Amino acid sequence: MNGEPLMRWDWVAAHLDSIFGRLEQHVGLTILAVTIGFAISFTLAAVSVRQRRLYPYVTLLATAVYTIPSFALFAALVAVTGLTVLTAEIPLVLYTLILFVPNIVAGFDGVPADVLDAADGMGFTRGRRWLRVELPLAVPLIVAGLRLATVSTIGLLTVSAILGDSFGGLGYFILDGYHRHFTTEIIIGGVLSIALAAVADIGFFLAQRRLTPWATARAAVR
Amino acid sequence: MRARPSDTRAASLEFRHVSKRYDRGGDGPGAVNDLSFAVPAGAICVLVGPSGCGKTTSLKLVNRLIEPTSGQVLLDGVDVMTQEVTALRRRIGYVIQSVGLFPHLTVGRNVATVPSLMGWPARQQQARVEELLGLVGLDPARYRDRYPSQLSGGERQRIGVARALAADPLIMLMDEPFAAVDPIVRERLQDEFLRLQREISKTILFVTHDIDEAIRMGDLIAVMEQGGRLAQFGTPRDILAEPASDFVARFVGEDRGLKRLSLQTVANLRVEPLERRLDGMPEFGPATKLRDALSILLVAETRGGIALDETGRPRGMVTVDAIASALAEDGTGPGRVPADR
Repeated sequence: MNGEPLMRWDWVAAHLDSIFGRLEQHVGLTILAVTIGFAISFTLAAVSVRQRRLYPYVTLLATAVYTIPSFALFAALVAVTGLTVLTAEIPLVLYTLILFVPNIVAGFDGVPADVLDAADGMGFTRGRRWLRVELPLAVPLIVAGLRLATVSTIGLLTVSAILGDSFGGLGYFILDGYHRHFTTEIIIGGVLSIALAAVADIGFFLAQRRLTPWATARAAVR
Repeated sequence: MRARPSDTRAASLEFRHVSKRYDRGGDGPGAVNDLSFAVPAGAICVLVGPSGCGKTTSLKLVNRLIEPTSGQVLLDGVDVMTQEVTALRRRIGYVIQSVGLFPHLTVGRNVATVPSLMGWPARQQQARVEELLGLVGLDPARYRDRYPSQLSGGERQRIGVARALAADPLIMLMDEPFAAVDPIVRERLQDEFLRLQREISKTILFVTHDIDEAIRMGDLIAVMEQGGRLAQFGTPRDILAEPASDFVARFVGEDRGLKRLSLQTVANLRVEPLERRLDGMPEFGPATKLRDALSILLVAETRGGIALDETGRPRGMVTVDAIASALAEDGTGPGRVPADR
């Protein structure tokens, strides 16, 4: 430490454009990873619910992927996909699987058997039962998975800064600050990343309350 | 009292040599063995028996949640297996013990489930919801927008019945519908349901393991035994007065004489002349069940009680002997006791 203050606000003021640019990139890369991860996970979960014996293998695969250190995975992928957005996104997508799949499966498992029996007895077709009964009742756990995966992805994304200046979102500041022994950058990168995760989490929480009023409507009336 | 509901349709139901076998043995729990009986349109038939006797299986054979191994289930003479399955189910009301209301839908949307599946216009659905909530005794304005988690057990059961009635079904299937609520609420729901049934006259197939509920609710009772066989089929009085086998006799209980007395009222009792009125003699209105009258007489310190007519005037004396001879003459006696006393 050379007597510099922890935070140099003048640097922040001078780099607002760059900060907003990185923030935007962070959000964009997160949305892309979570969306693709969700699509793959939803498919895997849907298959697992119908073909129960596949579920252990799906979980095993998702867990195995999760054990690979992110550093190693980014580095290894460079050899295959080069310094492209694919290299940045593939690990992030893969890491979401173990957060999504068990939640989605549990969401569908949690639909009460008597509700399904009643639905069948009243003449729902298979597809309609899924869309109108099973899916809505699985929403709380699906959203729980979304919250986990989003928060985790926002954090992990900073690591992809090692791929170079054009990646990493807010992670760029953390890595650059580390190289230059410049704490202001590290704090900006870290704090904004945490704030982004918090905002996303609260956003999902509020969205779920709107989406599933029945889940919070316990004995409120009377 | 609300306007008379539009429900009028009812179908006859017949089981014709229906069997359902599971795997090898065929006599395992839930199996059904050569079941035959017929229920006329508008009657309540109760399937009663110990657990595993196949009564729930039999019920589900009607709406094809289970399909028979052999034999036919006929609705208005038409084999259910020849009908398109979702269309068939939308014409059949289905009420189960746990009710199975959709937790994510309001009471109104729950009740409108089948009309919505059938594509009724929104306004018609809404009107039907209002009508049905009124019919089951729940104020539409108060209940329509609640979620099932905000209802008591008894309210949920009523909503379950309203939902099953929504599209004017030909027949109602009710699987232990009142088993999940406490005895006091159960009795009230039973009474309410019988009163409702007098208005709507649906054909009803009703499953219970409780013989008292069967006697109370049934116009006809099918007693089933292990292995899914029909042990006896008849009116409550037939079953109580002439059990067809030791199994039925044991199942209806040693107090079947008393249970028969609960099917008769003081109104139809041949009373003895009233010599003179003594203080402390109990008085019985015409709707008093003979079982209750007997119970009261046994603890009263008098020789008899006074039978009152509709206007409340004494018409004779009720004695233990008179009640006993009413039981002996049973078969020429009155029919069912109305549920509301």
